[in-house]
Amino acid sequence: MRFQLTEDQRALRDGVRELLARRFGRAALRAAVEEPGRLDRALWRELGAAGFFALRLPEARGGVGLGLPEAVLAFEEAGRTLLPGPLVATHLAAGEVPGAATGEAVVADVGACGLVEWLAEADVVRGDAAGAVPLRSVDPLTPLHQVPVARGVDPVAVLLTAAEQLGSAARACELAVQHARGREQFGQPIGGFQAVKHLCAEMLVRTETARAAVYAAAVTADAADIDTARLLADEAAVRGARDCLQVHGGMGFTWEFEVHLHLKRAWVRTHRAGDATESEERMAAELLAQPI
Amino acid sequence: MDLAHTPEEEEFRTRLREWLGQVLPTLPPKPSPDDWPGRRAYDLGWQRRLYDAGYADVHWDASPAVRLIFLEETEKAGAPYVGAGFVGLLHAGPTIAAEGTAEQRARWLPPILRGEEVWCQGFSEPDAGSDLAALRTRARRDGDDYVVSGSKIWTSHAEVADWCELLVRTDPEAPKHRGISWLAMPMDAPGITVRPLKTLAGSAEFAEVFLDEVRVPVANRVGDENDGWRVTMVTLSFERGTAFVGEVVACRRVLRELAGEAHKNGRWDDPVLRRRLGRLNAEFRALWRLTQWNVSEAMGVPPVGRSRGRGRTGGVPGGVPGVGGSVFKLRYSHARQELYDAAADVLGPQALDLDRPWVLDRLSSLSYTIAAGTSQIQRNIVAERILGLPKGR
Ligand SMILES: Cc1cc2nc3c(=O)[nH]c(=O)nc-3n(C[C@H](O)[C@H](O)[C@H](O)COP(=O)(O)OP(=O)(O)OC[C@H]3O[C@@H](n4cnc5c(N)ncnc54)[C@H](O)[C@@H]3O)c2cc1C
Repeated sequence: MRFQLTEDQRALRDGVRELLARRFGRAALRAAVEEPGRLDRALWRELGAAGFFALRLPEARGGVGLGLPEAVLAFEEAGRTLLPGPLVATHLAAGEVPGAATGEAVVADVGACGLVEWLAEADVVRGDAAGAVPLRSVDPLTPLHQVPVARGVDPVAVLLTAAEQLGSAARACELAVQHARGREQFGQPIGGFQAVKHLCAEMLVRTETARAAVYAAAVTADAADIDTARLLADEAAVRGARDCLQVHGGMGFTWEFEVHLHLKRAWVRTHRAGDATESEERMAAELLAQPI
Repeated sequence: MDLAHTPEEEEFRTRLREWLGQVLPTLPPKPSPDDWPGRRAYDLGWQRRLYDAGYADVHWDASPAVRLIFLEETEKAGAPYVGAGFVGLLHAGPTIAAEGTAEQRARWLPPILRGEEVWCQGFSEPDAGSDLAALRTRARRDGDDYVVSGSKIWTSHAEVADWCELLVRTDPEAPKHRGISWLAMPMDAPGITVRPLKTLAGSAEFAEVFLDEVRVPVANRVGDENDGWRVTMVTLSFERGTAFVGEVVACRRVLRELAGEAHKNGRWDDPVLRRRLGRLNAEFRALWRLTQWNVSEAMGVPPVGRSRGRGRTGGVPGGVPGVGGSVFKLRYSHARQELYDAAADVLGPQALDLDRPWVLDRLSSLSYTIAAGTSQIQRNIVAERILGLPKGR
């Protein structure tokens, strides 16, 4: 047992982080918010060229030939930077939908709650999108449609979504800590106040617990591990963003500061895999399934 | 990332399982919670069996992966817990192994392993709990002895302990963290009075210890004089980092039992309760993964019994878990309380009956967010030492 990132995995994570910092930094994020509903096709192709979508596709079929753990690390980075687009759907379509692997095609999926992300920008939609009604999406970076017929969700999609949530939770914790160190009130950094300090500590605790669950699920691909990862990562992302907003005070409530984008995207992701209660039900059933 | 065990580790698991299958049916009946001498004999008897079978030092010298397997298998099989051996095996022993001299290790470690001597922890005082460094128990040097006076409180197992890891103030003039020393005090020394304190669970788990001119040889000091705070940090990181790991497995078993009970008594039909149990299942599964993560992180660091010197985790000696233990402790102690609250909802009004299973455990679980550093203190540690937020007063 060596449940830590290998050298190669660290290198992969750092590589993705650098690519995203270069191609989707804060300015790009701002720009994307200013132009809602439009996907940066050039970036999409660059992601394709970097192997983001073909990561798990066997080399014999033109892919990178890596596994779920590596995909999870890449999606965690995507979550950190709030990279927009139907990343999970396109990744899952690699090898099945022409152009998905290389980032030539944008692929959208009908989700478990009948929600479709990025329908209008998609070249291919998997699932029945007939009767799609546009929603005024709460997340400016995720256009949404509602369709009448929901579709079952691939467990891998659930796990990669959890990885995005994990990245978002980790980022929210960093942002909160950064702010708490710098912002002064009552003549001292607010991070010296216990009420603030304890919010930050809990953010880290939730993030690190979710990390262990997400990485373990990536290693085992076990159904209960994936449900576990999903529940813990949803909690870490949603509550992390809320706490981060609180730590930022009035600034946290503005459109300018990115934490609202983390919270809104985290909310969107909590619906991708169906309601959390379904995961809880499965985890409950699992308790009875195995002998004590 | 790898969760698989090596063939040797799996072989260890198989051997252990077989041994447990043979030995557990031969154990004497468990003593009642109030019977302290009985509990001491029972817990030491178990340690002796582990010793004879070659498993005694698994907490010290085995690889972390093997130790996890040991905890997993013993808990699954319903084997006795370390019990009265807790302090000796899980933090005083490891501290002596990491910080003690060769003579000290030779004197104190073998009897702990053989199940012959019980240790207790004399850290807290009536006016020094969370603010542990405010401790006032004095040790005055007199020839080859320290003469110790003061009092300790909440000392678990004090009634049946042979030794006490005792924090004393050896320099009252020094700043508060600098004048402390770490002593091994024999509990039969003249001048020691132990007054049991009843906990809210109704039994005397801990005690007040009064020290009146107790003579402790200077040779019993672990670490340098006035350097006891650093040694204490080593002890506390063992206590927080690894000492509770086995209990996660126990919680997972309890959860399955609870589900079974709810299924029997009809409470399972309540979707709210059912989902709560489902969420707790996810919670403890994640905590087990976090344990595996932390243990793997510590793997590069040599086991405590073999090394002396500084390891990489937080600048403390080899094998000492870092402050990451606080992350685990925080999450685990709350999860455990939620578990027993859920148990109460499964039981309904029977949760008011002390003779029902889980009811006493529910009461005991209330201590988890207090003992070994309260949740508030753990949050300070996480915020200041991991996240680098400014130190508060
Ligand atoms: C079952 C049990 C077994 C124990 N066994 C032992 C043992 O064997 N040996 C031993 O030495 N000790 C033992 N303890 C003592 C334990 O370590 C202390 O109880 C604990 O550290 C808290 O100290 P206190 O009780 O003095 O509470 P206090 O320090 O008085 O704290 C009271 C409350 O104030 C809060 N508080 C205090 N300071 C701060 C701060 N700076 N910021 C925010 N909140 C704060 C605390 O979180 C707590 O909620 C045991 C305790 C229990 C419950």
